Amino acid sequence: MPLLEVHNYTKRFHVHHLEREILAFEGLEFWLNPGEFMLVRGPNGVGKSTLLRCLYRTCIPTGGQALYDSLHGPGDLARAADVDIALLRRSEIGHVTQFLHPRPRVSALDLAAEPLALAGRMWEDARSEAAEWLEAFRLKRDIWHAYPATFSGGEQQKVNLVRALIRPQRLLLLDEPTASLDVTTRAALIERLRELKARGVALIGVFHHDSDVVGLVDRELRLA
Amino acid sequence: MTLAELARPAQDYSYAFLDEFAKREVRRRILKAIAIPGHQVPYASRELPIARGWGTGGLQVTLSIAGPHDIVKVIDQGADDSVNAVNLRRFIARMTGVATTSDAQLATIIQSRHRITEERLREGQVLVLQVPDPEPLRAVEPNISLAREMHADADYALMWLGLYEQVVRFGTFMTGASYPVVVHQRYLMSPSPIPRWDTPMLHQAAHLTLLSAGREKRLYAVPPYTDVRPIEFEDVFFQVENQQGRICEQSGAVNKFMNEIPQPDGSMCYQASDTGYVEKLVRRARGEPVAIGATYYDDDGTFYHPGYLKEQEPDHR
Amino acid sequence: MTSLAFDLPRLLTTAPLLRARRLTKHYGAIPAVAGVDLDVYPGEVLGIVGESGSGKSTILRLLNLEEAPDTGDYTLTIDGYRGRNLFTLDRYDRRALRVRHIGIVYQNPLHGLRMHITSSGNVAERLIMAGERRFATLRNAARDALDASEFPLARMDDIPRRLSGGMQQRVQLAKAIALQPMVLLLDEPTTGLDVSVQALVLDTLKRIQRELHVATIIVSHDLGVIRTLADRVLVMRHGRVVEHGLTDQVLDDPQDAYTQQLVAAKL
Repeated sequence: MPLLEVHNYTKRFHVHHLEREILAFEGLEFWLNPGEFMLVRGPNGVGKSTLLRCLYRTCIPTGGQALYDSLHGPGDLARAADVDIALLRRSEIGHVTQFLHPRPRVSALDLAAEPLALAGRMWEDARSEAAEWLEAFRLKRDIWHAYPATFSGGEQQKVNLVRALIRPQRLLLLDEPTASLDVTTRAALIERLRELKARGVALIGVFHHDSDVVGLVDRELRLA
Repeated sequence: MTLAELARPAQDYSYAFLDEFAKREVRRRILKAIAIPGHQVPYASRELPIARGWGTGGLQVTLSIAGPHDIVKVIDQGADDSVNAVNLRRFIARMTGVATTSDAQLATIIQSRHRITEERLREGQVLVLQVPDPEPLRAVEPNISLAREMHADADYALMWLGLYEQVVRFGTFMTGASYPVVVHQRYLMSPSPIPRWDTPMLHQAAHLTLLSAGREKRLYAVPPYTDVRPIEFEDVFFQVENQQGRICEQSGAVNKFMNEIPQPDGSMCYQASDTGYVEKLVRRARGEPVAIGATYYDDDGTFYHPGYLKEQEPDHR
Repeated sequence: MTSLAFDLPRLLTTAPLLRARRLTKHYGAIPAVAGVDLDVYPGEVLGIVGESGSGKSTILRLLNLEEAPDTGDYTLTIDGYRGRNLFTLDRYDRRALRVRHIGIVYQNPLHGLRMHITSSGNVAERLIMAGERRFATLRNAARDALDASEFPLARMDDIPRRLSGGMQQRVQLAKAIALQPMVLLLDEPTTGLDVSVQALVLDTLKRIQRELHVATIIVSHDLGVIRTLADRVLVMRHGRVVEHGLTDQVLDDPQDAYTQQLVAAKL
């Protein structure tokens, strides 16, 4: 059985005050094995991000199945209970978005370490691992203890990447993670993704520059 | 034969002033109070020829339990000769025919306001304390219905919170008279406004203590040989007033509860507040044969139940 | 309810710590809470949002056993209370349960604090209620709890009336966590605070949540607070749950017309 098997996946947004349905995508079919990388392609506004969000359950798909073979047992990401999804998010499924939700008065380092601490790691331990990651993504040391609300887009994105990648994952959803990164950080990220893939993590990605990941892609899903 | 001759001779009052039903009610309430040590029992509280708040609670108890063979002592703040004590004693004697005394050893009933005698009371004696405010929780819970619930649940946490506050702010417990006690490990009780010095005297006492509040219509009891513990922490202890170094100028008594008497030159002299005890000391000094009983505190200030009062090590904050 | 029907939990093997079913409470003819079900798992934060009068605070008062519901079952998976409907506890057991296992922070510190008692005394009260009678223990526990809620210890013996709103909330929080409860109820804990103070209190709440791993319910009409703290969220209107889901899902892909309106109204 593949790690993820998606059938007839469909998402429509129902906007009540407009009394309108907006179609995001319809009837998607794909599967993914551990260690495979699937690139999602298509023009702007075609629902690429929404697909990732429907797998992470930030959005609720209106039809279809996403059968996921978790370590806790098989489940349908489209219909699993909220607490099951929360469990998978803590332990197996990561989502890298373009946006950081910085919290007032929380430093970059603490924000990066938080997911590990929430997963049960000792706080000091989590902080030292977060420091290694920030180092790897070349976030300037002197702003580690500053508040990310004041950071540039690229700096925020680095913190965001660490938050998403620091936890052990089995399925990683990447929503334009390189969008606001400089060339060297982009290379560092791709290197990390390559390592994760080699360790058996399955990846689904939307990339602004597909050329970034050209050597990693096993499969493509084209939305139109 | 005239109508007047047929009628029984006129009687102005029942024996002991209160009518038989009133006395019977009070006696029944007393029995209930003894059965539930420290628990406040409501009673009707009749009209008396003195005003509420002047000892009517204690007086109703004394009148209800006194018989012609009793010997009654009445004291007010330790004194047998204050106006209130004299008036109450005269009224009780006139209405019941009891003998009166100032000697705590001779009395069978001792009605008191604000003090317990320095000499130990013995089995068979009854101490009647006049109580202005029977509710120890009033300071922390003004709503009396809630206070009742707290008694029912033995929920006295707020009292210890009060102790915590006193230690934090002042380094020690600040309550003077009426120091709250827990009776028989169950009910929180106000011992009436006796000084802290007297509070330990209620613990495992040989005599019966009846406490009665006429205005508030409540009475309660400490039966003989019952545990009475002042509220305290396990590491910060209840302390009595320090009487060290004070000598009664009339009798030479030491380590008894003293009244302070300011002198014109600004200095202070002391008199033991228990006048019956002082009188006996003075008579003995004159060479008269007087029987003086053992006191609760000896002349070194040691309380007669060893270990009940504990030394406090300074600065626990 | 507009939320789509989801499966029952299958992957998560732990049982909910707190479970409430068919909570209903009327004030006169007005239904404040009309048939609400909720589960909270150990270590989880459940948010409840909705406009004033939607019944959110009433739910907290019911769960804190301050008020009796008209109907409803309420169970906690705690030794000694398993399988008992907590609404049927008598006054004595109810008090013991609240002291030991439930902490609450009210929007208005007047409800949660004794204003004429020192801050440390307010915290110590909880231990006294649980039977502690050593002064030194009370003192140390109060200091530790106040420290954990990041209250300035130099002011631990000030009365709350002399403290700022943010500090009063910290005293409430210290009181709530002093005995390491299983359930923490937060009723608009940062409403009425300055924005900067609000951020600090939120940060403290988040850290305490992480360290104590307590099951938390937070009521707020501030969606930012809910996004920061809650794992899952219930949206309430007129005493009913109109939508529930993962916090990011409810805020980013609301299903119900009312929730869409609520989310769109956020600044």
